Amino acid sequence: MSPLPVTEDDLHAYVDGALTPARRQEVEAWLAEHADDAARVAAYLAQKQAIKALFDPVLAEPLPDQLHALTVQPLPLTVNRKKWPNLKSVFLQRLAAGMLVAAVSGVGGWLAHGQYLNADRLAQGVPLPKQAAVAHVVYSPDARRPVEVAADQEEALVKWLSKRLGTPVSPPKLGGLGYELVGGRLLPGNAGPVAQFMYQDASGQRMTLYVTTENASKPETGFRFAREGQVNVFYWVDGKFGYALSASVDKGELAKVATAVYDQLETK
Amino acid sequence: MDSRAIIAELPRLRRYARAMLGDRAAADDLVQDTLERAWSRIAQWRVGSDLRAWLFGIMHNLRVDQLRRGSLPTHSLDDDACEVPTRATQTDRLEVMDLESALRQLPDEQREVLLLVALEEMSYADIAAALGIPIGTVMSRLSRGRERLRQVMEGRQPVANLRVVR
Repeated sequence: MSPLPVTEDDLHAYVDGALTPARRQEVEAWLAEHADDAARVAAYLAQKQAIKALFDPVLAEPLPDQLHALTVQPLPLTVNRKKWPNLKSVFLQRLAAGMLVAAVSGVGGWLAHGQYLNADRLAQGVPLPKQAAVAHVVYSPDARRPVEVAADQEEALVKWLSKRLGTPVSPPKLGGLGYELVGGRLLPGNAGPVAQFMYQDASGQRMTLYVTTENASKPETGFRFAREGQVNVFYWVDGKFGYALSASVDKGELAKVATAVYDQLETK
Repeated sequence: MDSRAIIAELPRLRRYARAMLGDRAAADDLVQDTLERAWSRIAQWRVGSDLRAWLFGIMHNLRVDQLRRGSLPTHSLDDDACEVPTRATQTDRLEVMDLESALRQLPDEQREVLLLVALEEMSYADIAAALGIPIGTVMSRLSRGRERLRQVMEGRQPVANLRVVR
């Protein structure tokens, strides 16, 4: 009985050791008579070994911290807003310690979070944290013109942005946390104007607070966290306002400032 | 899905992501996104099924999503970085084509299959399942990818390597 014809797939299965021993012998016999194909197969084998040799060193690298943290189930970041003030100290301690531990109701909460976000995206066009992160990366690196109206004209800034947004808005005071107001600007949102306030600490680290009034139809949310590239964003919806605080600082630091912002807005 | 099982898979996910993307930071970001999405869909994972294939499938889908969205490069920029002129890079092309740059010359879908075979030693059927494509497509991508890589490495095909000249 003559063997089946050798196909291109057979040659690759030969390279990858995926043939039965009997078929392997047939392919070897065939290759002995087809020098060009044999050379090709040899090149493929060499490729395969070279690729492994090139990237295998990655296996021995120590795991980066942010990946190690994700080997346990993250704490659901959706926190019921009514309960939130009581939970937040616990929540922040955990964040600060980098301990993302599984909560008892973790799976359900986390899943609900995912579903909500999807609905969020569909309803809103560009989601709030993404808008805010984009605005942050666009304006915060700008050395000369990070803002339209600087902090030394804060009164004018507040008046102008309140007028354009059609509702009173003013920048929270974050000096106690080391972040001084640089100023603010008006930006286009999904459907109208939004405001961005920029802060800066002594080291020049910038943080932006993005304030939109495009959330009238949306249910209120607790604190949420998003990461867009190098930018971390805490965001929440409160009444018609959506807030997003963005910076390239770690979660714990950002959570601390977000809490201060939230508290100041609450007491108004 | 317990921590030990995930820790065991992480080095391989990182190796594959590095080979796929080239850039270390981008690769680790992709692995991080993969883990986050895996946790958010943990209910979909059946205990006893192949964790590795599941995670690679998630990583693949994330990448497809990113490519479709034309993902947003939100890297932090130094104030200086915006103003300082960058060294001209034209002369860099004189370097010999190495394996890593040769891999970059492959279309994404060919490189993906090639790397899953070479690095992960996954079976063709497992790759088809993880990527959600027919096995015949796996074979044709593997075949075209290997041949193209061979030609690039042997310098038999002049490959356009366009760079932005600043």
